[in-house]
Amino acid sequence: MTTTSEALTTKAATAERAARYRPWGRHALSYLGLILAATVVLLPIYMTVVNALLAKESIVSYPPKLFPFECSWDICSTAGPQWGNFSKALDQVPLVRYMWNSAIMTGVIVIGQLVTASLAAYAFAFLRFPGRGLLFLIFLSTLMVPIEVSIIPNFQTIQRLGWQDTYQALTVPFLATAFGTFLLRQHFMTIPKELRDAAAIDGYGHLRFLFFVVLPLSRPVLASLAVFAFLSAWNQYLWPLLVTNDDNMRTVQIGLAALRGREIDSFNVVMAGTLIAAMPMFAMLILFQGQLVRGLTAGAVKR
Amino acid sequence: MPRLPVAGLLARGLTQLKNLGFGLLFLWPSILLFSAFVFYPLIKSVYLGFYESDPLGNQGDFVGFDQYRSVWGGSDFRHSLWITFQFTVYTVVPGIVLGLGLAMLANQKLPAISIFRTIFASTVATSVAVASMMWLTLLNPTTGLVTWLLDQAGQPRLNLLNDPDWALPAVSLTTIWLNLGLATIVFLAGLQSIPERLYESARIDGASRLGTFLHVTLPMLSPTLLFVTVIGMILAFESFGQIHILTRGGPLDATNVIVYSIYQEAFQSFNYGVAAVQAVGLFILVLGLTALQLRFLERRVFYQ
Repeated sequence: MTTTSEALTTKAATAERAARYRPWGRHALSYLGLILAATVVLLPIYMTVVNALLAKESIVSYPPKLFPFECSWDICSTAGPQWGNFSKALDQVPLVRYMWNSAIMTGVIVIGQLVTASLAAYAFAFLRFPGRGLLFLIFLSTLMVPIEVSIIPNFQTIQRLGWQDTYQALTVPFLATAFGTFLLRQHFMTIPKELRDAAAIDGYGHLRFLFFVVLPLSRPVLASLAVFAFLSAWNQYLWPLLVTNDDNMRTVQIGLAALRGREIDSFNVVMAGTLIAAMPMFAMLILFQGQLVRGLTAGAVKR
Repeated sequence: MPRLPVAGLLARGLTQLKNLGFGLLFLWPSILLFSAFVFYPLIKSVYLGFYESDPLGNQGDFVGFDQYRSVWGGSDFRHSLWITFQFTVYTVVPGIVLGLGLAMLANQKLPAISIFRTIFASTVATSVAVASMMWLTLLNPTTGLVTWLLDQAGQPRLNLLNDPDWALPAVSLTTIWLNLGLATIVFLAGLQSIPERLYESARIDGASRLGTFLHVTLPMLSPTLLFVTVIGMILAFESFGQIHILTRGGPLDATNVIVYSIYQEAFQSFNYGVAAVQAVGLFILVLGLTALQLRFLERRVFYQ
């Protein structure tokens, strides 16, 4: 990095001058690229919004409508946005019920994973006992078993327990998490052991130390795990498809797919339903983007 | 009085025993759940593979390794394997190129850049069902936007999802879009971890934009690239929802990836034995991939 060739110096100087004197030109080009890319990424979502707002006559027109209204100058030839499609979608399938089921399933899984992972990670980080290393390896090995591999015996287990169409079936198999245990353990290990010794002198048992010292110190990691667990649970597809038959127990993902068959010739209503179903996750993205990004970069697995 | 070494050993042993007790107390929920829903089913799947199934899904005759041999060697499994491989290539390669491109766009220091970062990440907030429903409309053979765009490009109008040659690319397109947000987020984190001084040195050396990308960005990004590749492959191997919604494995098994084939054998034909053999095959495939991911995960979390 110590090249002092004259030509290179001149080149760098020219580049620097160019950067200094054309900031707006460069910015304009950058923004053009960004806007173009954003348009392409958002196009499917935008078209869903348009379709969700179209009248029944307009969805079957070709070429496809790019706006939910059609106006030239000030004369509008078709009806404006059909907001009623949203209430129609809510009328025709129990979307609210589906979302409620998804919310319960997701809530139980998130809380369950936080509890089991905190406890397990504490044991692996703070307690020395024979067989700890081996047990940790066994925990990690569960990461190597995709749920599709264990799905047949698990389905049989649920049937044998009589759990078909219950919240237990949707949640219990996912209450433990090797990834979460690993993530928390890595963080717990950065907490000084002296803290544990000091707490022990103050008469703190392991549980009290975990709840009043370790967990408060681990809030960001817990948040990452929570958001990550939320995303994986809310998006589950195959397992809820297998263990729920009753319309009242369907999660929103499965309910949405079922909407497809029911509303084949009015997909404006289907698209309205799709948008309603997508809302909670978009709200999550906007509210918790930081935690989401951290959780995903720590161990990106979306199922 | 000096303490006897035996007493010291005894005290240490006692602490370890106490810790073991506490350890098991803290670990039993996870141990129980993993045993019931991961390890037992894994062994049971291998076991189920040794038995034939009758048409009602009941366990039939013991056939030993014969079923493994006939399924793994059979043309159906080979076909699913080939489709899965194609699907992986179709989704991982464009996913990396586009994800890296978006991340580099979003990595500029500009006013309002965070709005674009949120937009580029937005597809992580779309579930597989939501994305599939969106693309079902875009791919609609009579009124869809993709159909119209192909029309404008002078292509003959095709029902992409119903065409054996085009169904897999169409499902792949949906999957690329669905996973794009994730790839962008991970690449952006990778780009941001590259020290600024490396770029400064490159600029002082008068390196071109392409030169900087090839000699600074790409080498520094290699762990992220590996990570995104492995994650993309695992996601491709485990894709189910988009196939269930868009094509149901068809037309003519053109989108019948391994996971979908397992689903059909087990839960539509009730052929648990054959499905179990396929599942064990999938397990062996994912095992190699996940081992790679795990090693990487450890490094990554460690440095955070």
